Amino acid sequence: MIFAAAFYNDWMRRILDLPDQASSIAPEVDQLHYFVIAVTMLGAIGLTIATIYFFAKYRYRGKQMIGQEYKPGPMFEVVAVSGPLAFFLLWFFIGFHQYVEISSVPDDAMEVYVMGKKWMWKFAYPDGPNAVGVLRVPVGRPVKLLMTSRDVIHSFFVPAFRLKKDVIPGRYSELWFTATKPGSYQVFCAEYCGTGHSMMRAEVVAMPQAEFDTWMAQQRNSPIPSQQDSYQSKNEPQRGQANMVVQGERLAGEKGCLKCHSVDGSAHIGPTWLGLYHRAERLSTGETQLVDEPYITDSMMNPTAKLVAGYGPVMPTYMGKLTAPESAAIVEYIKSLRDPQLQAQPSEGPAYEPGRRP
Amino acid sequence: MQTDAIDHGHEAKPTHLRFQFSDSARQFHAAKFGMWLFLGQEVMFFSALFCAYAYYRNQFPDAFWHASQHLNTKFGLWETVDLLTSSLTVALAIHFIRQGKRGLTSAMLIITILCAFIFLGMHSFEYYTEFHEGLLPGRFFHPEASIHLPPESAMFFTCYFFVTVLHSIHVIIGIIVLAIILAFNLRGKYSSAYYTHVEVGGLYWHLVDLVWIFLFPLLYLIT
Amino acid sequence: MSLAVVPEAAPHEAAQEPDYIRAKSGVLSWLLTVDHKRIALLYLGTVTITFFLGGLFALALRTELLVPDHGIMDAMTYNRMFTLHGVTMVFFFMIPAIPGVFGNFFLPIMIGAHDVAFPRLNLLSYYLYLAAVILGLWGMIHGGTDTGWTFYTPYSTTTTTAVLPILAAAFINGFSSILTGVNFIVTIHTLRADGLHWMRLPLFLWSIYGTAVIQVLATPVIGITLALAGVEHFLGTGIFDPAHGGDPILFQHLFWFYSHPAVYIMVLPAFGVASELVGAFTRKPLVGYKMIALSTFGIAFVGFLAWGHHLFTSGQSAVDAGVFGFVSMLIGIFTSIKIFNWVASMYKASIYMTSPFLYTLGFFFLTVFGGMSGVALATISLDVHWQDTYFVIAHFHFIMAGGVVLMFVGGLHYWFPKMFGKLYNEGWAMVAAVLVILGFIGTFTPQFLLGNEGMPRRYYSYPPHFQFLHVTSTIFAYILGMGLLLALINLIIGLINGPRAGNNPWGAPQYEWDTPSPPPEHNFSATPVINRDPYEYRGQEIIENAN
Repeated sequence: MIFAAAFYNDWMRRILDLPDQASSIAPEVDQLHYFVIAVTMLGAIGLTIATIYFFAKYRYRGKQMIGQEYKPGPMFEVVAVSGPLAFFLLWFFIGFHQYVEISSVPDDAMEVYVMGKKWMWKFAYPDGPNAVGVLRVPVGRPVKLLMTSRDVIHSFFVPAFRLKKDVIPGRYSELWFTATKPGSYQVFCAEYCGTGHSMMRAEVVAMPQAEFDTWMAQQRNSPIPSQQDSYQSKNEPQRGQANMVVQGERLAGEKGCLKCHSVDGSAHIGPTWLGLYHRAERLSTGETQLVDEPYITDSMMNPTAKLVAGYGPVMPTYMGKLTAPESAAIVEYIKSLRDPQLQAQPSEGPAYEPGRRP
Repeated sequence: MQTDAIDHGHEAKPTHLRFQFSDSARQFHAAKFGMWLFLGQEVMFFSALFCAYAYYRNQFPDAFWHASQHLNTKFGLWETVDLLTSSLTVALAIHFIRQGKRGLTSAMLIITILCAFIFLGMHSFEYYTEFHEGLLPGRFFHPEASIHLPPESAMFFTCYFFVTVLHSIHVIIGIIVLAIILAFNLRGKYSSAYYTHVEVGGLYWHLVDLVWIFLFPLLYLIT
Repeated sequence: MSLAVVPEAAPHEAAQEPDYIRAKSGVLSWLLTVDHKRIALLYLGTVTITFFLGGLFALALRTELLVPDHGIMDAMTYNRMFTLHGVTMVFFFMIPAIPGVFGNFFLPIMIGAHDVAFPRLNLLSYYLYLAAVILGLWGMIHGGTDTGWTFYTPYSTTTTTAVLPILAAAFINGFSSILTGVNFIVTIHTLRADGLHWMRLPLFLWSIYGTAVIQVLATPVIGITLALAGVEHFLGTGIFDPAHGGDPILFQHLFWFYSHPAVYIMVLPAFGVASELVGAFTRKPLVGYKMIALSTFGIAFVGFLAWGHHLFTSGQSAVDAGVFGFVSMLIGIFTSIKIFNWVASMYKASIYMTSPFLYTLGFFFLTVFGGMSGVALATISLDVHWQDTYFVIAHFHFIMAGGVVLMFVGGLHYWFPKMFGKLYNEGWAMVAAVLVILGFIGTFTPQFLLGNEGMPRRYYSYPPHFQFLHVTSTIFAYILGMGLLLALINLIIGLINGPRAGNNPWGAPQYEWDTPSPPPEHNFSATPVINRDPYEYRGQEIIENAN
């Protein structure tokens, strides 16, 4: 039975010219696809045959002949409506259920930041390397892509995964998948973005977990700096932007954050960044605020909106002064400044509110 | 285009009756119906801007409140009174022409047009002030030093300028329409039997006023 | 005249009155006409030109797509070509064509009126349309734009191409559409002849009415949206710019709020023509008159609520997506009602095979497949894969090209004798129809498969394994083009050289066939009274074409 189902799946997939099913959702989506296409094709062919049959049987046969008026009972309309309606609603529900699955990111997903710009895709792992054009992922593990654009709207499309999501400037969009077999899968940009739109391609390379881990270890060319070093690091010559945490650290120096925020726990003009992430801060209004990615980003863009109690409203806004990847890097840097006693928490979600960022 | 080939009957046809209509009443009804449909599309025209406003206000509620304080609410109030008055006078114009009182109709139309000019004048002064204070849309938003507004207030001014400029364009169109109707009336075109233009022109003007009635609280009276 | 004219005075003989073409002569009598029939011909001339222009753009695209990389043009030129193809076809052909030509010509005749309610407004509508076309052409001469006909921000607000003239042209075109809609609604309400109650209205007019409602209510939204995009492009006011707090997705919502109902502006008139052709060539009353009439409003109403299905991958919430997906499915029901009723009308009919009816059969086939692919696209999880791929292109071309164009051309053949008083060569018309139908099928079926494979739309270059399907599509595109050209040439020859047509060469029952071919300037000498149903046969003879 399983063999027959697999054979049917493969046969239908080939007839319909669908690519490989390389993600966990692809076989489900394809099953629905076959169902919809089969019924609609049958219906359409049926109507075509009926038309041809009527045409042949009821041809005009003389000078004046007119047809007989045919008034089908109300059942005709009832069937004509309820038949298609039943199928349409069924397909809607199955499709919606799958869409919710496509939109619901598992908690244990591995995050990768994706940046689309004319006309290339850049990938960055939170504490790992950057890459252009190639996204390496482990097989069998959910991967969450946090995507944004540097310029115009692009769209990240992987036909083999049956997945696509628009990539928008000024906000993060999410896409998650679990690659189910090793291989290299084409990525297309699917939203027109200019001259190089059709060249804006990439590939997803899915590797077995062990191979992926090996690759990752090889790529990290600089360790996460210790707290004591970080204060001085802005005076060191620039290393390559090997990973976001290092980048964030560098930016924190360049953009003046470290003038007011310490990274070693000492009190200063602004709250210290050591252990800041997931701290429950008390605000000047008396409310308690959990320091998560959205709050950190908000504080960079609209610092006086939710002020921590005991600090003055002196922080300038960085709206327009930090690009999306830069503020993401700073967030990652802050996240890395964890007190070793504190437990690591998974990322909460996209770090941006829509419409607040250049 | 009148033609003898069409036979509507033996009685004399009024000069304003067009060939495709069999009687005056139908023609008048058609004109009003057509204007109501046109007003329907005008509503849709503005509704897209109202939607944009609603969306951005939802995004930036505090910024919108702050920005709204910097509009000249007193002027806005007088502009509202002014437009309401003009709606009254245009309604009176229709009332008088129904009674055949052409002179009073002209007077009412003149007052309406005056009110419209007053509105435009006041609003231009508002724009002038906002220009000088740097409170302009998008990348032109550079509030002068004494004005403390968060950067996202720019979106309020974007919405404000787009919708009020569009409204003012409609006021100008209304002035032109009313002026033409006034000119026709002075030349004796209308009577108690035929005053279609005055009626549909008045309808248009009422819409212009109505849009402002919605704009005013949404822009000026945010709490 | 079997419209049961009640003469109110000594009747002038209709035969003595010249027809509308000969009534007045001189260029100005055409350019400044307020006769709805002459305005219809003005539209016909212009839409024919824009249609073939849009078609040339399409053939240029398909030729370039014969090879995976550089063929006959570079990437930027290709990008401008697909934009101009879309803009020309959508704004300058699909929206105005059937209402502007057949709506204008036949609405007054079908309701027994002498003209539309506002003839001068009608002429203004035409000139606004013409101004839009000229402005668009001017923009094209300046290189056009490459944003796609959808003008998504921020690309459209930051491109250096000539996007402003194209936006302005679309804006002006919108007003033409709105005024036509106002005119038609008022006409149907106020100028119906005595005896023509609503349930006797020809189905073509029901669909024109539904179209007009959408034209009036939806078009202003695209007008203001394009104006906003234009102002942002010109001034940088930031309403859609994230750097100033704007949201590019707002543009998409506003754009599609019009552009989804717009596709019903394009397709409802085609459905109306189909009803007329089925009524004429099955030689019996249509099945389900009421259902076909009312489903028009179902489509119009629900069509306003479905726009979000263009944004399934743009980042709206799952709840929003669910609502839009559900509503989109409902539209399929209303269309199914029409199709079932049309096919049922062929049961126990007496089907007279002609070129217009061949176009109708092709229309059934292509619209059913196109409609089914629409239902598939409305299935949200499937759309995630298909969005912005050739599957979508295939879907809408099946309906737009296979549906609307076939009914435009079919309607033109059907009403040709009435409009011009001449007959065209049926044999060649049939040949052209076969070429056109086969051409459509062959051009766009491979595109469904290309979409499945993942070929994105608006792609200048593509991975080589897509080439076979592209080549197939292009070859059939040329066949389609040749078929359309053949149809046009055949009609022009018929116009110049064809035999004179009588009042009712098809032996059809509808009201317009009771007038002379071509009709006199004011359609009727005395105001008609209508005392029968539009599809009621009284044994009219078919006059065999003297070919």
